[in-house]
Amino acid sequence: MTTATDVARIEAPPAPRVVSKTRERSQAKPAAAFANPYLAGIGLGLVLLAAFVVMGRGLGASGAFSAFVAWTVDGVAPAHAEGNGFYQSYLAYGNPLKGWLVFEVLGMVVGGLVSGLLAGRVRPVVEKGPRIGTGSRLGLAFLGGLFMAAGAKLARGCTSGQALTGGALLNAGSWAFMLAVFAGAYGVAWFVRRQWR
Amino acid sequence: MSAPLFKFGLFGDEASLLVAFAIGIGFGFALERAGFGSAKKLTGQFYLTDMTVFKVMFTAIVTAGLGAFYLGWLGVLDLSLVYMTPTYLAPQIVGGLLLGIGFVVGGYCPGTSVVAMATGRIDGLVVVLGLFAGMFVFGEIFPAIEGFYHSTAFGAQSLPGVLHLPYGVVLFAVVLMAIGGFAGAEWVERWSARRTAEEAS
Repeated sequence: MTTATDVARIEAPPAPRVVSKTRERSQAKPAAAFANPYLAGIGLGLVLLAAFVVMGRGLGASGAFSAFVAWTVDGVAPAHAEGNGFYQSYLAYGNPLKGWLVFEVLGMVVGGLVSGLLAGRVRPVVEKGPRIGTGSRLGLAFLGGLFMAAGAKLARGCTSGQALTGGALLNAGSWAFMLAVFAGAYGVAWFVRRQWR
Repeated sequence: MSAPLFKFGLFGDEASLLVAFAIGIGFGFALERAGFGSAKKLTGQFYLTDMTVFKVMFTAIVTAGLGAFYLGWLGVLDLSLVYMTPTYLAPQIVGGLLLGIGFVVGGYCPGTSVVAMATGRIDGLVVVLGLFAGMFVFGEIFPAIEGFYHSTAFGAQSLPGVLHLPYGVVLFAVVLMAIGGFAGAEWVERWSARRTAEEAS
């Protein structure tokens, strides 16, 4: 009799702990903290250095988007694409989808996903502050994409291809671009503050 | 001199796409580690609450810049064979302003929107869609702005060339600037945290 209650008493405590553990896991697993920014920066710098040493070029992102758009326009309206110098700059050297930046950006999707999974940060969510609706946030996200596409194409690169790559290569135009990016962002930050804070 | 490996013919175009994919994995991984798959983290830079963008970017610039310089000095890497984007000053400044505006409005820059999308951020996916749409709009209006697009062309211009200073001196100045910037960034974050605490109390 006494042994039975003892067993029950001994076995009881672990049970709730198991329950709470599964509950934690079935809900969102607490995401790991982000890396130390200086360590992450060294990692990013070494990836960029690898691109210099192996390929003789830097990183990029926006070029993959324009390559895909040039390929699409060529597929839908080849005559229209032929008369346009912008699309032609991607179509003149064969299939734009076989471009270096297209494959690099596909790799980014994989690398970002793997890092996110390892840290428990992958979940469908709209990032926004508490004072803005989801629809407005997504509308501004789309608008931001429109602006950045035009900006990156005018500048011959974005934060990756110009600021980061050109910054490390001491490219004068890239440094002018970088200053302009920060000026533009700080200049309008106040107007969209309700989106974040 | 044996690098850049691709330019010395160690592998061909097809293999270079595999290299692109592998480098992309590293790039995406590093950006996600830094927290750049999060719009709130990224835009903290522009409200002075979180200076991670500056810290990561300038650490990377200094790391890759010093690495390329020393590999060149050791005779391993021929820096003159690393592609330098030519300078078109006016379109680059206007483009930078537009990109900066789009960054704080959309919450991501083009590269980080890809990582955000990959980790489930729906706003990141919408920025990606906006980028595709924007590329199409830009392509369609391109004939009208072609003159401006090609204006103020100076060719490939390096800061050492423009400033008439040795490469190492300019790089050293950039390193010093970055270190000063890091100290400033840490101070700004502490100041910002104090101010938020005061507002809350």
